[in-house]
Amino acid sequence: MLGHAAAPALADAPTPAAGSAPAAAPTVAVLALQGAFIEHEKKLAKLGCRTIELRQRADLQQHFDALVLPGGESTVQAKLLRELDMFDDLQARIAQGLPVLGTCAGLILLAEHVHSASDGRTLATSPSDTSADPNHSATPVNGFRTFPITVVRNGYGRQLGSFVAKAKLAAHTPPLPSSAAADSLTAPAKEIPLVFIRAPRITATSPEVQTLVALDSEPMAVRFKNQFGCTFHPELTDDDSIYRMFLNHLHMTCVREPKN
Amino acid sequence: MTTPVPEAASSLTDRQTLNRQLAQMLKGGVIMDVTTPEQARIAEDAGACAVMALERIPADIRAAGGVSRMSDPAMIKGIQEAVTIPVMAKCRIGHFAEAQILQAIEIDYIDESEVLSPADDTYHIDKTQFAVPFVCGARNLGEALRRIQEGATMIRTKGEPGTGDVVQAVRHMRMMNAEIARVANMRADELFEEAKRLCVPYDLLKSVHESGRLPVVNFAAGGIATPADAALMMQLGAEGVFVGSGIFKSGNPAQRAAAIVKAVTNYTDAEMLASLSENLGEAMVGINADEIELIMEARGQ
Repeated sequence: MLGHAAAPALADAPTPAAGSAPAAAPTVAVLALQGAFIEHEKKLAKLGCRTIELRQRADLQQHFDALVLPGGESTVQAKLLRELDMFDDLQARIAQGLPVLGTCAGLILLAEHVHSASDGRTLATSPSDTSADPNHSATPVNGFRTFPITVVRNGYGRQLGSFVAKAKLAAHTPPLPSSAAADSLTAPAKEIPLVFIRAPRITATSPEVQTLVALDSEPMAVRFKNQFGCTFHPELTDDDSIYRMFLNHLHMTCVREPKN
Repeated sequence: MTTPVPEAASSLTDRQTLNRQLAQMLKGGVIMDVTTPEQARIAEDAGACAVMALERIPADIRAAGGVSRMSDPAMIKGIQEAVTIPVMAKCRIGHFAEAQILQAIEIDYIDESEVLSPADDTYHIDKTQFAVPFVCGARNLGEALRRIQEGATMIRTKGEPGTGDVVQAVRHMRMMNAEIARVANMRADELFEEAKRLCVPYDLLKSVHESGRLPVVNFAAGGIATPADAALMMQLGAEGVFVGSGIFKSGNPAQRAAAIVKAVTNYTDAEMLASLSENLGEAMVGINADEIELIMEARGQ
């Protein structure tokens, strides 16, 4: 299974595990064009990662081991990615296996197919769009399209439709650092808090996509190879499970002992 | 709809938290005043993270005089249908019935705004009674914490709307920062007296003391007309900007809007700001606040 193949067998020690590159903290780049990127940086720093902000093309010259695409407005982020000339480089790196975590708007940027819930611009290209960008798709958000899922923006409505919930992390997800790998297969799934803000809705996934968190049988967190995405905001709660899962995938050894 | 909304989500605290969090998603972005669906599309295409739907932009409200009210819901709905980004709208200070109407049409954020004529010269809206979020203007820490206590989940400077003059927004932002720094550096036993002096609840003041910031997101608003204005406000600590009259009162709204969006993202890169500021055409003419009789920032304290 993908998850287990990628998950390092972390010891219970808080110090970096053996077997990986020198014990330097991994560097995670956070796309900092617009939105809640500081919240992600705080989470990642707490988990022992070094973070850098990507605001313009020159920032891509720094070394980074993984990428986080934050919540915010996907229309803004997609536009700035192109206009600040970062789009092609990041798209190529993701396609080549750069570990990436997209939350909310970040997941929309990754999704192969994007629709809008409101009728206004669904699948309709306005004249100004085409003039602005010859590659403009039939959707208002033209993202990386590397994640074989379909999402509907604002799929649960406007702000009055924003909600909180709890759901279990799927039992077959990579083990948390504190669990022995074998135990995690049978360990009861952990319930985590979910915050949805004008959230996108995942309406279709290709067979290779793994569901990590589901709510009423709808996928809320998904994984495809090196790409992780959730429709909720793990950066806004005290729970670190999604980050630990992501960092485990990276063979990241900076993850300290979980509190529990 | 199968969306599971647990009972907890309907409680006030969860809703208020969600509303504060929506403001967090707007950070690093530009919220633009628009008066028509066409302007809303231009704003969205230029990279606005939200639009403020209103019948007249502040400069025209100022020019027209008279009583300025909430916009026609039909006009707001037209803008909601035109764009996929959050849509905000203004109600008058204290006019909770206008706010109820805006909530009924599922607006994403209400601005209880001094730009419109105040409907109540004593009381602001009890925003804790609403599910929809509110942003309010504040010139200093006291105003900000009073609005937050009333339920505002986002704060902005007041500026002097419709002037194209950034001086008030700068003054408010500096004042807010200075007061926050002062409170953060106080001894804990001095907070009781400070709460009394600022006319704010002790608990909110204590949270500022401990975190060194407002408990909600703080944007700059009022008089921002150029990429340089936006960068100035961001460097002074704004978490994003509202641009009112500055865009659609200028020579080339689409280009200016896009330039201000990029200036907010790369607000410390002077070279980029220089190229963004080139050939933007005419900025709004603007009026100096000293030349005007109606000072809107003083509305609602």
